[in-house]
Amino acid sequence: MDATFFLNVTSSGLLTGLVYGLMALGLSVIFGVMRVVNFAHGDLMVVAMYAAFLLFTKLGIQPVPALPLVAGGLFVVGYLLQRVLINRFLGATEHIQFLLLLSVAIIITNVVLMVFGPDARNIQLDASFESYSVGPLVLDKVRVIAAITAGGVAALLWAFFRYTTTGTAIRACADNPVGARVVGLDVEKLYAVTFGIGAACVGAAGCLLLLLVDVHPHLSSDYTLLGFIIVILGGLGSLGGALLGGILVGLSEALSGVLIAPSLKSMFSFGLLILVLLLRPQGILGKKP
Amino acid sequence: MNAGTLFSSRSARLLLGLLAVLSLAPLGVDDYTLSILIAVLLQAYLGMSWNVMMGFAGQFSLGHALYIGLGAYAAGALFIHFGVSPWIGVFAGMTVSVAVSSVIGMLGFRFKVMGVYFALLTIAFAEFTRVLFDHWGWVGASSGLVLPVTNRVSDDFWLLRGSTSMFYYLILAMTVAGFLFSRSLLMRRIGYYWQAIRENEDAADALGIPVFRYKMIAVVISAAMTSVGGMFIAFFSNNLFPESIFSMHRSLELILGPIIGGVGTLFGPILGAVILTAMGETFTILGEHVGIDGVKQIAYGICLLAILIVKPNGVWPWLRHRLGLDGDGK
Repeated sequence: MDATFFLNVTSSGLLTGLVYGLMALGLSVIFGVMRVVNFAHGDLMVVAMYAAFLLFTKLGIQPVPALPLVAGGLFVVGYLLQRVLINRFLGATEHIQFLLLLSVAIIITNVVLMVFGPDARNIQLDASFESYSVGPLVLDKVRVIAAITAGGVAALLWAFFRYTTTGTAIRACADNPVGARVVGLDVEKLYAVTFGIGAACVGAAGCLLLLLVDVHPHLSSDYTLLGFIIVILGGLGSLGGALLGGILVGLSEALSGVLIAPSLKSMFSFGLLILVLLLRPQGILGKKP
Repeated sequence: MNAGTLFSSRSARLLLGLLAVLSLAPLGVDDYTLSILIAVLLQAYLGMSWNVMMGFAGQFSLGHALYIGLGAYAAGALFIHFGVSPWIGVFAGMTVSVAVSSVIGMLGFRFKVMGVYFALLTIAFAEFTRVLFDHWGWVGASSGLVLPVTNRVSDDFWLLRGSTSMFYYLILAMTVAGFLFSRSLLMRRIGYYWQAIRENEDAADALGIPVFRYKMIAVVISAAMTSVGGMFIAFFSNNLFPESIFSMHRSLELILGPIIGGVGTLFGPILGAVILTAMGETFTILGEHVGIDGVKQIAYGICLLAILIVKPNGVWPWLRHRLGLDGDGK
């Protein structure tokens, strides 16, 4: 196994990891603000991937230009989900919230299954077969595009939370929901916006991931778990942590895939999760509760 | 809570009546109906096992498929490789489950991994083990472990080879035992300790309850009970695949019953199992009529949502009240 091959695998894992990170970012935002564990996260991801697939096959819109559309659509879905359903269960215990999101997940997965059938779908772009060479490195063009876009969306999100009034208000709700209510913020509405933003992240990530992998309805629980692994690795509620966690998981998947066996790659991700939970339960970049 | 003596209260009489009907069931129904009853009782039993940890002691596990799998594989592999009776194998399964669950509990509780994080830790261990078994040749790796099935005229209870009604009585006995065991736990000091920990861990600690030790006991008991259910699944279904036995879906299915029925109640897991199986069967028939595959699951999901919105604390606390059994224990 020579160094160039090793380097190529590492860089492709790193790039995929950024897309994973964007997906997990959505989960992190939702948990960080509402303390709701979104067990339907992977299902939203699969919905986004199918939406991008439809836009490409029916209307010829490529996934990257389709990204604002899909993200916008998912925002609406997320907003309504929180507004209509989840807001009722904010004070409920964890297992009740968990069952709530699980029911939503069951419904979404099976609607997708009913509409698209169980077969795996993928899209072929001209760019799918092109690559960039940087010295000895060979990078897939789509992977580079996906990673850069993911980084861009994450930066936008950071700017939103940092500089806009709504973003600041949402952070206030996360820090102290009672205080936020006292100063007159519409907490329920802000929660709905937050869930919408989380879902929009997934929408964006779904578009990008469709460039890299096939989609089928039963991917949903895998992505939900992947999202959890990533945010816990990086630290729940930390934006940088989600990206870092995504990159770590991307790397560990790529490396364990070639060095040991592809079927063992999830075991390494879970191993990593167990290690981090025990050594640093708040995550690598998370703050102590 | 003050149930008085076991057989005098009204709820006890109702339970005994139910038990009498159930124990006569194999005489009057066909094998298909019997297998549905087995599914109900199995889900009830597994739900009770989970309930000890979550409902009584408040420790959320989403990875109970791990203990089902360990129990199933321990008993199954010993039977296939050495011809060991499942009644000995089940102790191997329990031992392994107790060992693994103590490691998880010890790591989790020592490092203050709580609530959702603890639940995710349990998922991580279950998934880790699933992939491990997928690559472990001695237990058949991903091609699974198949128990030999032979035609026989009589039931062999020692080796658990035989008819559907034998398995029915076995799971009925397990459910009754699980119920009585749960009840006795809840009525004792340990049960009160657990409930104190569940309601407020810091307060329980301040009262001098050894929180860590009692949380560990809950985890270990729950794991051991679950692994017995795993042994049953191995010998009833005769085949074991890591993909299905350790799957997250099994863990999720397992906890639906108690949550729908009422977490922390004694009868909740049983009622939840009945409701869920009835729902599942109804929608299967409905789905066959409509002819579209996903309909069953969608209806199932919508019903779960509906129950959750209407009765977030489970159906049993409400039904118990309606039946006028409130003073009669849980």
